[in-house]
Amino acid sequence: MSTTALYTWRKFKNATMLSLTGLSLLAVVGVLFLILAYTVSKGINHINWDLITKMPAPVGEEGGGMANAIVGSLILVSLGSAYGIPVGLFAGIYLAQTEKGWFARTVRFLTEVLNGIPSIVIGVVAFIVVVLPMKRFSALAGGFALGILMIPLITRTTEEMIRLVPSSFREAGLALGIPRWKTMMFVILPAAFKGIFTGIFLSIARVIGETAPLLFTALGNRFWSTQLDQPIASMTVFIYDYARAPFDDWNQQAWAASFILIMLVFVLNIIFRFVTRKTYTA
Amino acid sequence: MPQSVNEHNDMPSGQQDKRPAARALSLRGMLRKNPGDLIFENVTRFFAFVVLSLVFLMVYEMSVQSWPSIRHFGFQFITSSEWDPVNDIYGALPFIYGTLFSSLGALLFAVPLSVGVAIFLSEIAPGWLEQPLSMLVELLAAIPSIVYGLFGIFVMVPWLQTDVQPFLIEEFGWMPLFEGAPYGFGMLAAILILTIMVLPIITSISRDVMRSIPDTQREAAMALGATRWEAIRIVLTGAKSGILSASLLGLGRAVGETMAVTMVIGNSADISLSVLNPAHTMASVLANEFAEATSQLYISSLIEIALLLFVMTLILNAIARAIVWRITRRFGATAA
Repeated sequence: MSTTALYTWRKFKNATMLSLTGLSLLAVVGVLFLILAYTVSKGINHINWDLITKMPAPVGEEGGGMANAIVGSLILVSLGSAYGIPVGLFAGIYLAQTEKGWFARTVRFLTEVLNGIPSIVIGVVAFIVVVLPMKRFSALAGGFALGILMIPLITRTTEEMIRLVPSSFREAGLALGIPRWKTMMFVILPAAFKGIFTGIFLSIARVIGETAPLLFTALGNRFWSTQLDQPIASMTVFIYDYARAPFDDWNQQAWAASFILIMLVFVLNIIFRFVTRKTYTA
Repeated sequence: MPQSVNEHNDMPSGQQDKRPAARALSLRGMLRKNPGDLIFENVTRFFAFVVLSLVFLMVYEMSVQSWPSIRHFGFQFITSSEWDPVNDIYGALPFIYGTLFSSLGALLFAVPLSVGVAIFLSEIAPGWLEQPLSMLVELLAAIPSIVYGLFGIFVMVPWLQTDVQPFLIEEFGWMPLFEGAPYGFGMLAAILILTIMVLPIITSISRDVMRSIPDTQREAAMALGATRWEAIRIVLTGAKSGILSASLLGLGRAVGETMAVTMVIGNSADISLSVLNPAHTMASVLANEFAEATSQLYISSLIEIALLLFVMTLILNAIARAIVWRITRRFGATAA
């Protein structure tokens, strides 16, 4: 190959590969917009008061809503938060304080492990630990599963956000003779509060979209129920059931519910990104 | 300060703490510890311990519950393809096969695409564009799995059935990979939906790894007359192990992904080479059959599948973390 031919070839290869990377980005962003566009266009027409205030209609009848599923999702997430948030928060504080040592290292590693466990497996564990002894599907079991899912997310953001607080804060506190724990609770945590708080919201956004761990723990319920020891409905299981149903009306309600869910998740995510970016630059 | 005590001795610095003086100092420090500190430290340690015990509880409970199935079927559980709840015979091979097929297939598409996107984000995009574009890619990860499933059922499957699969059968039907009828639902749909779902994690880690490669590498390549792409190749060589670890994490996600796959894969416990046929994964069989499982052995077998799934993702994550750990240690060493 002559020098000029080689040169042209190299330039050609350069242009092709660079445009391929651009194309892959376009493809990925395109898919995102495709999914959003479908959810919005198919969902938005069917969002009405009935959907969020009415109970599911009996099979075969048109209309109805998912009021019980919305309340159910809120109950399940609250149950999970009730123990997922304190465990995650304090474990995160511990990890941020303790850099070294086999125990901290093991916990840090297990947090990553917990984060990587498929949510369906967590559902199986909740089934064994809660459903089997109680001998029935229940909101408690679903909440237990969601809580486990929240813990690693909260632990990690708490640790990261505390580490982002400049060490001069800690030094200033200690120099004034304030005990370590007070320095942590009243100086460092307030400084990291915004990041931790939104991290908690992000973990809520993640578990509110979870379906797999609820399938055989909370199970789902077509009727109104707020009892914790009974099966309970949730938005995600509602979508799952309605998506597979052979009725057009139900499928459209599934799209509408997805639209609500996706909006909720996106808003929480964008707030998180906005807040954390500010923390980084501060 | 303990350091000043040690200033005039010739022991290696790492052994300072073993000297009696330093130990005495820290011991006195411990005794003087604020009681509030002691309580606070132990409370936080307790919660850290809860995290640790949760993982062990999970392993323990799943092992105990799957014991009947492990004892009954032994190793055959993962080599037999007979899944027959009516006669209480369970072999998980079709599901293991389906899980591996679908997630490796998804990686095949997702890795090149992700690396392409990561290159664009870290090497080509101007600064002001990078942030918003990265955010768009990461929003893909925020979409709940059930919404992917819905999109799969009502948009992707019909498209595959009417446009893609007839074409594949027409052109490539002679290959066992594309044998069969255009159902829409099946392995191909699962692979495609998984591809979209694992893209964000592979992309964002690969991008971070590439960004951590020092600029001097690019500058050196450019100074020698390399084209932009040739300079990127140099960066890719440095980022190789990071991309590998990102792919393993992506694989871990794909292996455990449940809802979207369950909704599009067609749910049939057959082992088939063709991507057009319906199949099953370990996660999808759990989602489909767990709530309805009746016999003791049936439940136990399903729990054993969950345990296998757990072990699989654990191994994948551990390898990926080990690679990341090695990289950061290497970079830490050069920085010091």
